[in-house]
Amino acid sequence: MWQALYESLKDRGFVVIAVALDSRPGDPLPWIEAAKPTYPCLIDRDHRLAELYGMVNVPQAVWIDEGGGIVRPTESAGAYEGFRKMNRATKEMPADAAKVNADARATYLAAIRDWVERGARSEHALDHAAARARQPRITPEIVRAHVAFRLGQHLIRRGRTEEGERWLGEASRLHPDSWAMWRQKAGVNEMGLASLPDFWERVDALGARRYYAPVDMKGMPG
Amino acid sequence: MVTLLTDRGEHAVDARVDGERLWLDASTLEAATGWSLEPQGLCRGGACVPLPPGRHAEFVQGDRVDAAALWRHLDGPVMHDETGAVWALGESADDRGSALLSLIAPDFTLPDVTGRPHSLSDYRGKKVFLVSWASW
Repeated sequence: MWQALYESLKDRGFVVIAVALDSRPGDPLPWIEAAKPTYPCLIDRDHRLAELYGMVNVPQAVWIDEGGGIVRPTESAGAYEGFRKMNRATKEMPADAAKVNADARATYLAAIRDWVERGARSEHALDHAAARARQPRITPEIVRAHVAFRLGQHLIRRGRTEEGERWLGEASRLHPDSWAMWRQKAGVNEMGLASLPDFWERVDALGARRYYAPVDMKGMPG
Repeated sequence: MVTLLTDRGEHAVDARVDGERLWLDASTLEAATGWSLEPQGLCRGGACVPLPPGRHAEFVQGDRVDAAALWRHLDGPVMHDETGAVWALGESADDRGSALLSLIAPDFTLPDVTGRPHSLSDYRGKKVFLVSWASW
């Protein structure tokens, strides 16, 4: 998904690190084999990245400068929720929704290029106050959820599936905003995607709330 | 032996479990979590949290400390399995939140598909686009 971006910018001091929030390490392998990425693709069975950076979904991204400083905190990596307008029987997306998705992604990729070229002078590299203001709020329930999730994954890896699954359920209960926790535990369809009817029910229950929080960036759809 | 899951990894430790209490050597707690027991209280990275006055014996007995009680005192989440053989200690919401507000990207080490570990800090000196994805 990021290979073209990486290839075009890798000689300019830029790297993509893609982290698969996948508790069964075999699951992401076919995707990696198909994409043949030349940037690091890491496997994160315990969703550690989500715990450290306050992520709740994929794809979400953080921009980190040469000194290890966060210049854009966790946000949707240009993903837009056009899929909610998809025809669920045919899996077809209305043209207008597909266009909004494509425009959002193009705007986001252009912003990354601008940052790589101009560094802190890029309007997309946030100053400290703006970056702090956008950091996710970490609540006691969220940290509890991640501990429950980790304990559950540990037990499942040791064959204690039933007990482990209960901890994963507890994690989702404590952190209902995390789609990553919920979908990791959910059943998957023939494509390996956690988009069975219970997924759509959960999406529909959002109502006016968003599946991907809008990216606060000039040119992005609201 | 008890398996202790902390921010610093997975540790097999010698411990005595008594219900919600997890007694282990203070040195084991420090190795697994970075928190050490000092005269002024629990300390990590130069910051200390005093123990509640007059309640020392609830937390410390000889060389052993109740890691679970100490952890709750630090506002960190503590959870364990049915048998008490696996305990998970998480960082507190305040510590996680402060780390993010520092704007220093939290470091981590994760394996690639060949099992080779990569740390975020290995890429210092480059601009990093750190992005999550998943098969699901």
